[in-house]
Amino acid sequence: MDLRFTPEENAFRDEVRAFLAENLDPAVHEKLKSRDYAGKADLVAWTRILNAHGWGAPHWPVEYGGTGWDPMRQYIFLEELQKFPAPQPLAFGVNMVGPVIYTFGSKAQKERFLPRIRNLDDWWCQGFSEPGSGSDLASLKTRAVRDGDHYVVNGQKTWTTMAQHADWIFCLVRTDIAAKKQEGISFLLIDMKTPGIEVRPIVTMDGGAEVNEVFLTDVRVPVENLVGEENKGWDYAKFLLGNERTNIARIGVSKQRIARIRELAALEFSDGRPLIEDERFREKLAAIEIDLKALELTQLRVVAADAKRGNTGKPDPASSILKIKGSEIQQATTHLLMEVMGPYALPYQPQDEVGRNEPFDGPDYAAPTAPSYFNNRKVSIYGGSNEIQKNIIAKAVLGL
Amino acid sequence: MDFDLTEEQSLIKDQLDRLLKDRYAFEDRKKYMAAAEGFSPDMWSAYAEMGLMALPFAEEHGGIGGGPVDTMIVMESFGRVLALEPYFATVVLGGGFLRAGASDEQKAELIPGIADGSAKYAFAQMERGARYDLAHVSTVAKRDGSGWTLSGAKSLVLHGDSADKLIVTARTAGKPGDEAGVGVFVVDASAEGVSRRGYPTQDGLRAAEISFENARADHVLGEAGNGMPLVRAVVDQAVAALSAEAVGVMSAMHALTVDYIKVRKQFGVAIGQFQVLQHKAVDMFIATEQMRSIAMFATMMADSDDATERARAMHAAKAELGRGGKLAGENAIQLHGGVGMTAEYAVSHYFKRLTMMNTLFGDGDWHLRKLAAMGGLFDKAA
Repeated sequence: MDLRFTPEENAFRDEVRAFLAENLDPAVHEKLKSRDYAGKADLVAWTRILNAHGWGAPHWPVEYGGTGWDPMRQYIFLEELQKFPAPQPLAFGVNMVGPVIYTFGSKAQKERFLPRIRNLDDWWCQGFSEPGSGSDLASLKTRAVRDGDHYVVNGQKTWTTMAQHADWIFCLVRTDIAAKKQEGISFLLIDMKTPGIEVRPIVTMDGGAEVNEVFLTDVRVPVENLVGEENKGWDYAKFLLGNERTNIARIGVSKQRIARIRELAALEFSDGRPLIEDERFREKLAAIEIDLKALELTQLRVVAADAKRGNTGKPDPASSILKIKGSEIQQATTHLLMEVMGPYALPYQPQDEVGRNEPFDGPDYAAPTAPSYFNNRKVSIYGGSNEIQKNIIAKAVLGL
Repeated sequence: MDFDLTEEQSLIKDQLDRLLKDRYAFEDRKKYMAAAEGFSPDMWSAYAEMGLMALPFAEEHGGIGGGPVDTMIVMESFGRVLALEPYFATVVLGGGFLRAGASDEQKAELIPGIADGSAKYAFAQMERGARYDLAHVSTVAKRDGSGWTLSGAKSLVLHGDSADKLIVTARTAGKPGDEAGVGVFVVDASAEGVSRRGYPTQDGLRAAEISFENARADHVLGEAGNGMPLVRAVVDQAVAALSAEAVGVMSAMHALTVDYIKVRKQFGVAIGQFQVLQHKAVDMFIATEQMRSIAMFATMMADSDDATERARAMHAAKAELGRGGKLAGENAIQLHGGVGMTAEYAVSHYFKRLTMMNTLFGDGDWHLRKLAAMGGLFDKAA
């Protein structure tokens, strides 16, 4: 057992850092540091820089444009992106639908979609959740009925993140209403420009509108856009959800936010001294750091196990922890940042993508604090709520 | 980064786990606890035969040349059965002082006794009022010719009643709390002027109150007035070892709990089918895995020469032991219900051991405070 990174891994980390420093637009860097997100144009531009360097979809198999990095290098790459911080590749493409396509898709689908995903020529969104199907995803009702060379899709998807930007949506649709609920579902790729698709924003409590409702009315989808076999979509969805293990804990994001907390808590004064000197505040921060350090090692155990046996697609028992603990820590850091800002978190400022144009009443850096805290309530809900995650651990790991 | 054990380490682990499986069932432990020593001299010999006592020492001193990972393996296995033998006191603490503080001559004289199982050690450090402050030493060391004599009272000396040799902190100068002026001495437990009163601890181990009245020290380890760096280094290694033991305690306790809720029926079903209990069992699982991770981190840092970074790691591990141990332990009792309250059933003993481990060398809150005061875990670009 040797928990140090190898010299080669450290050299690789330096290479990534140097690349980020040299290639990321400083304005985008600053936006991410202070506001937690970059806009569509920023992400597209950045993805193309990465892709031109061969890093558009590092974890994909080499034959589809991946890098051939082992899981440890993939992890280091993502952690460095998050810590820097630099925009992360759009998950819906490279992490979700991409692997489904190269694992289960047709030759034509691979050739058509994979290069465009890597280069963010197509912006993908995820059509899984429905108004009546959240944690009980398999109860979904959106129907796809075969009509000649097409499926005709009717239904409604919701919580569709960044559908407003999307060129394509991958959807779970019901193709057999007589079968058991998991067995009548198919996985369809749908062009967002198809007639009958309407996107309506959902304004969330942070004032943003990153999620949407997507209405599908008599949407005609060519059968060639079915992934794999009809009625096997649930298997592909499970693959998709279980496939993401190197990033689900978002260790680098939390590290970056902790650095930010330190930086700002040194600037904010409380009772005549910087907040960072307040014992109780420091203890709260230290407690989060301990949690994060332990989770980082848990994450690395999972990564090392993957590297050793090859990614079998089967979750490591420890990996089930990553989502729960990772989301708790992200939420704890955004909450602590709220505490750092104190009353300056109060003023509301409408968000837009291009940046602010109204002066803010308070320290400039305080503006995104409350929205970020509010917005991060989502991380324990999406992707299978933490309660669902506990059900999964109880069943799959503890055998209850 | 490599989380695998070496072939030798795997062998040690398999052999020890087999021995404990055969001879350390919960009913066996009860018998061992009732023995005069409060543990099993036979098991002690068995560990020595296996080479466990020799594990962390260099080969030139009759050891096997193992490192912190080997200690981690052994301590985790001991934790799983709540082993009573004074391995921690003798090999981790006593051995730790000899490895890090003894001269070549002292090593040649003292280490073989530990390595072959013939000498048991205890670390006589705590004093009334010291709480967790290692430098709060008022026991006095006086020059006596070429040697030293010690006078003072030590408290809560883990396995102090069965020890053959005592590692004693005593002051050569200054006042309690001063970092300078503390020496580390080796005293024969049967020396004139040493009196001991042994007693059981809450978790089934043994401790002793020990007083020294002009008791002669056989050795001083390192420089007599500058012992604190040595004390801190060895205590840090001990914290790493305790963290590993906690992993063993927590995993066994969790397994026991999950097994129980699978078979205990109420309202016509196994209570493990109730979601509220499942989630508590998952919380225990998460706490155990997080403890495993942070114990690995502590193990990795245990022999670091960078005292500051080493201390950060130990504060983190011990704080997590306090937090996670309490969460897992209290849930283990709660999920067992009434039977968890009984002394007859094993789970309460796991809970008690974890609870008491929290109080050794600083509890969770104390370590969190120390870590916070030194700037936290990630104050360097992590």
